[in-house]
Amino acid sequence: MNTVAADPKGVDSGPHFMDGDHAIAEGGLAAGCRFFAGYPITPSTETAERFAERAPEVGAMFIQMEDEIASIAALIGAAWAGQKVMTVTCGPGFSLMVENLGLACMTETPMVIANVQRAGPSTGSPTLTAQQDMMQAKYGPHGDNAIIALCPDSPQECFDLTVEAFNLSEFYRVPVIILTDETVGHMHEKVVIPPADQIKVVPRNNYSGPADKCRPYKFDSQGGHPMVRAGDGYNFHITGLVHNEKGYPAATAEQGKIVVTHLMEKIAGNADKIIRLDEDQTDGADVVVVSYGITSRIAVKAIQDARKEGIKVGSLRLITIWPFCEKRIGELAGKAKAFVVPEINYGQMVKEVERCAGGRSKVISVNHCGGAVHDPQVILDAIRKANQ
Amino acid sequence: MSTTEIRFSGFGGQGIIRCALITGKALALYDDKFATMTQSFGPEARGSACSAQLVVSDERVLYPYLTQPGVLMALSQEAYDKYYGELPKGGILIVEEQLVKVRGEHPDIRLLRVPATRYAEELGNRLFTNLVALGFLTAVTGVVTADAMKKALPGLVPDRFLKINIKAFDKGYEHGLKMTGQNNGGDAS
Repeated sequence: MNTVAADPKGVDSGPHFMDGDHAIAEGGLAAGCRFFAGYPITPSTETAERFAERAPEVGAMFIQMEDEIASIAALIGAAWAGQKVMTVTCGPGFSLMVENLGLACMTETPMVIANVQRAGPSTGSPTLTAQQDMMQAKYGPHGDNAIIALCPDSPQECFDLTVEAFNLSEFYRVPVIILTDETVGHMHEKVVIPPADQIKVVPRNNYSGPADKCRPYKFDSQGGHPMVRAGDGYNFHITGLVHNEKGYPAATAEQGKIVVTHLMEKIAGNADKIIRLDEDQTDGADVVVVSYGITSRIAVKAIQDARKEGIKVGSLRLITIWPFCEKRIGELAGKAKAFVVPEINYGQMVKEVERCAGGRSKVISVNHCGGAVHDPQVILDAIRKANQ
Repeated sequence: MSTTEIRFSGFGGQGIIRCALITGKALALYDDKFATMTQSFGPEARGSACSAQLVVSDERVLYPYLTQPGVLMALSQEAYDKYYGELPKGGILIVEEQLVKVRGEHPDIRLLRVPATRYAEELGNRLFTNLVALGFLTAVTGVVTADAMKKALPGLVPDRFLKINIKAFDKGYEHGLKMTGQNNGGDAS
């Protein structure tokens, strides 16, 4: 990935005592995002507030739209007009965005969407935490498509991963979703924003060659292809229909295969480059706790207690949720007796762990219906059970 | 590893969340500690009892919520009624003396009354009550340094009220030092 130093105008360098929501806005501004369209919803509103407050001094645009459908539609338009774009929401708003999320995937439009998850289903418990939208992020839109999703465990990571989300989004031209939660979103901790010259950002890559060679798409299962900016004088087309490399409709089975394969493989085929994990003592472990977001911090407490009891337990924290770390789980399966998967939902990512473990290790789900974080004791009990 | 859990409580509008933000920022940015602050976000937090929680540690805070608060600051009757029961033996209870009528003398905990409203009124506005209480908490708990607290104020109180907020803090701080028999160096400002 070709990177440059961040534009200092958007970087509020220095140490802050900041919540996760604000850190997401700062991450976006640091990454060069200059267009935000959104609709307020608890527990994500603070991100929009922060962006709106900072927009005038940074020279960014903030629009409060009439709803979430319009918000993501505005992002698609602004992205093709040359801006780096973001929005923020939670479950009910994300549900409304899903149709145009599919359009963004199909049109290969870079954007960052933060979903600060609250307890569902439906309007659920607006002020309470959850991790219930993990599958929706990937399987929300109809049709085959692939996105990237990242999951921060602290306000600091909210900043860091939002910058990374923009970089991945720009390079692979794909929506990147920050799957955080109410706890991390509303939690204040120290956040250190580095100087602009230490923040690497992937700049928008706009086509500037001769008109007859202009192609908004290239179906080679790779990232790194230029966008074409509306208004630069090139004649091109953007559609949700299956299209050719000029972007014009070409809805045939043959072209469908070319487009879908590209959309899927530019992510799956580059999974090794995209995926980031945080592992601690997983090699040689009898029990591996697979967790993410706020739950991974609670899990560490349980892991520390289990180690005091002499249990060989490792921690595998998913920083990248999608694409899923199939290969790593496959490597550990059969070596560890069991995987323990605590998550604040009725059991979502545990299905992925089961699939990749392929019956070679036990997989124990420690589910939670939302509204609070786990009691570390419950995770400790599961680790003990897994070790038997 | 030493961990302290603090609950700041009162009613909406008293600057309770602000107290937790100032203390958290002081600890995390200027006292070299780990501090994680969470707050009540329920609809019940609008206008009635309001609470913010701070977990302070020498190591990274893993569990962000309170498990066993060691310090409770209560600036309203409702907050005191709701939370005093969660303090363990030896816990520190700080109440505003005009606003809270305590039920019994709580022999198992360290009960400290602060005349925060009176000091704030002497400075010209009841709005400074929270800063007086915060200065008092700083002196009696020793969890955070006065120096760090004052460094944390800019950005968290309006610039034009910075000096008077520092004065309010000092009032409470000095009162706390006197009450706990600590040497008053006379240079809290």
